[in-house]
Amino acid sequence: MNNDEIRVSLLKRSRASKNERWGKLISGACITIIIGVVVSIFYFVASKGLATFFEDKVNLWKFLTGTVWNPSAKDAQGNPQLGALPMIVGSFSVTFLAAIIATPFAIGAAVFMTEISPRLGKKVLQPVIELLVGIPSVVYGFIGLSVVVPFVRHLFGGSGFGILSGTFVLFVMILPTVTSMTVDALNAVPRAYREASLALGATRWQTIYKVVLRASISGIITAVVFGMSRAFGEALAVQMVIGNAMLLPQNLISPASTLTSVLTMGMGNSVMGSLSNNALWSLALLLLIMPLIFNILIRWIGKKGAMRS
Amino acid sequence: MKTYDSNDRYIKELDDGKREIALSTDDIHVSYGIHEAIHGVSLAFERYKITALIGASGSGKSTYLRSLNRMNDNISGTKVTGKIMYRGIDVNGDDVDVYEMRKHIGMVFQQPNPFAKSIYDNITFALKRHGEKNKKVLDEIVETTLKQAGLWNQVKDDLHQSALALSGGQAQRLCIARAIAMKPDILLLDEPAAVLDPISTATLEETLMELKEHYTIIIVTHNMQQAGRISDYTAFFHLGDALEYDETRKIFTRPKIQATEDYVSGHFG
Amino acid sequence: MTPRKWDKVATVVLYMISIFIIFVLAFLLLYILITGLPHVSWHFITGKSSSFQAGGGIGVQLFNSIYLLVLAMIISVPLSLGAGIWLSEYAPKNWVTSLIRNAIEILSSLPSVVVGLFGFLVFSIQMNFGFSILSGALALTVFNLPLLTRKVEDSLQAIHYTQREAGYALGLSRWETVIHVVVPAALPGIITGMILGMGRIFGEAAALIYTAGQSSPPLDFSNWNPLYIASPLNPMRSAETLAVHIWKINSEGIIPDATQVSAASSAVLVLFVLLLNFLARYVGNRLYAHLTGVKERN
Repeated sequence: MNNDEIRVSLLKRSRASKNERWGKLISGACITIIIGVVVSIFYFVASKGLATFFEDKVNLWKFLTGTVWNPSAKDAQGNPQLGALPMIVGSFSVTFLAAIIATPFAIGAAVFMTEISPRLGKKVLQPVIELLVGIPSVVYGFIGLSVVVPFVRHLFGGSGFGILSGTFVLFVMILPTVTSMTVDALNAVPRAYREASLALGATRWQTIYKVVLRASISGIITAVVFGMSRAFGEALAVQMVIGNAMLLPQNLISPASTLTSVLTMGMGNSVMGSLSNNALWSLALLLLIMPLIFNILIRWIGKKGAMRS
Repeated sequence: MKTYDSNDRYIKELDDGKREIALSTDDIHVSYGIHEAIHGVSLAFERYKITALIGASGSGKSTYLRSLNRMNDNISGTKVTGKIMYRGIDVNGDDVDVYEMRKHIGMVFQQPNPFAKSIYDNITFALKRHGEKNKKVLDEIVETTLKQAGLWNQVKDDLHQSALALSGGQAQRLCIARAIAMKPDILLLDEPAAVLDPISTATLEETLMELKEHYTIIIVTHNMQQAGRISDYTAFFHLGDALEYDETRKIFTRPKIQATEDYVSGHFG
Repeated sequence: MTPRKWDKVATVVLYMISIFIIFVLAFLLLYILITGLPHVSWHFITGKSSSFQAGGGIGVQLFNSIYLLVLAMIISVPLSLGAGIWLSEYAPKNWVTSLIRNAIEILSSLPSVVVGLFGFLVFSIQMNFGFSILSGALALTVFNLPLLTRKVEDSLQAIHYTQREAGYALGLSRWETVIHVVVPAALPGIITGMILGMGRIFGEAAALIYTAGQSSPPLDFSNWNPLYIASPLNPMRSAETLAVHIWKINSEGIIPDATQVSAASSAVLVLFVLLLNFLARYVGNRLYAHLTGVKERN
């Protein structure tokens, strides 16, 4: 090429730069679609869920604290009976109980995998946990139904359906997630901390308990909150074992319901736009907001942890 | 660290009509956000010669080199002002197609960075993208460039093996072959021997001496012996300024600036 | 007790917890396989399901699951690739990008039942797709996109910056460099993520019960024209998947052999997911070896 040709080619828009413009456009379009999906999820669910309060004039406070859910009947004052408290209590009960049981197991397994026997951890527990994550939730629900429910019935009487069965199922379901996040948190503790502690004559357990776990506390809490977020949103497995009675739970072994179970059972049996349908969308809105709250909580914990260290 | 007067400089004017200039810069400034890393460097590079850029870490020699083919464009927040004249065109201008320009001003990096592809594809991949589809032509280019880079005899039977299995020195020579396959005018080398062992470095230097018959080479190096061995001109960088630019033998025997003398004699800092 | 004794006790407890977790997995798998496998036969895998009597199969459900899986992947793979590339290569470092990242993270943390309800509202009702394979595939895409996008972004980010510089220095555009250099190098990670995503989709039910529906129309397996109403490929027909089937027969409990059918269906489901898990590992390692000429990935 002579000088002039090179000059012309330098000042012309090359194939590469046209290609670059296309690339930017295509990838930008993809991300826009995803963002569009997120926005429309919030828009559609919120507009449906808020209609209960703005169009049907249901009192928000009564909605959150009422204990009777019977959209087709009216109470003494002529207001529809839309009390979501039984489901809210049900959802939070199974979530917290499952998290309370899962946390020590998850920490124990994570400590084993990082501090006691990393070799067995990587070779055995790691794949076990990955497989547990991979089992579909309906399979957990089925086993809950055919093993856990009869077991609870045998032990405590009653029907076996209820919060206790839901808790057991969710415990097993969130255990792998919480464990693997805890493992990450423990692995993030610098090796030097452990060596310093051991060098001072502390036993392995003292080192784990006083150094490693304290240093990774915010990561562990994050893992647990993340597990709770999962448990709160789990639908079918819980629905299959909880009993689906829309009553304020009196004990752990009486049939109850959660936000998710009411939604899966009810959505198909109500007419779009009717009050009882709108009320279900309000529950869906609650389900949409909760992960947000869990998310903010996780961030807040992360920030606190970062500030401390 | 000793402070030197940055106004005390000697920049040899090569653009005197007697020599053919391949590339020249006029008052190049590079800044990252509010921090200015290069404070106005004007150098001219003679065709078919090797020019070495030397200086301590943080002197700005690599930053300057990377602005010559506008690699700094890809780092967000970086601004390069000034003129980079190549064949009568300011290639730092907005109207210049940066991709086209890089075909003429090639670059080899400090860390050997072969693609996760076969040796053959490493060399032909960009050519194919730029429109060269003829298998015979491509085969020929692979052979000539690998020979020029001094790698042919070692890999001619493994052309379709992964390039990631090559040793550091071999990988770096593959990167040189890949760069010259584009038939650039100018080859920029950013400390190409920094991670190589002495034997690989020696081979690389031989290769560069042969390549200067066809290419204008600008090389950043930490290694002053290397600069002395292979380069025709040397520019000494200090804190974002080019303080001295002259023929290499003059820089190493009779530098005109105190800072240069201290640096080449090892009394620097 | 002395610290040394505490150390011993703690170690024993930790071993017990680990053994417990292994035991839980073993129990789950054994229960499903022991109760389910005897029921699995060629007739069961290919046969029609029954509504009231015992002896039904899961042929249609299995087909639906696979068809939905394929459709959902066809939509979500290119989208997540594009989005992951944008996040990894083009995203400017500013508040808009961090907002976008947050939005994707929120999408990934939404319960699948919410995704299903959104799909029901938008795809089935607003867009008038009804209970159909198309609605289901779109809902699964929404469910799958954030994780795939994240995986693509992470895999691309793991490729060293010098690889990109090599491409730019040869006069290639950023897009060309990404598509032809970075994506191929990141392929082991991307493919592994995609296969694991397939496992998740295959077992998903909550997002499908109000989008793909809970029943299938009579199908004519001799007509593969997607426009024909009874064609298995017709994307506008409703489709009960295997996972939804397990949920439904357990919730309704009409058929007498619900437990066996569920166990057998679960066995098929779990075996499929296990298979995908192993496939993800195998393919990832093979691709890595192929790309790098290195035998084993650590």
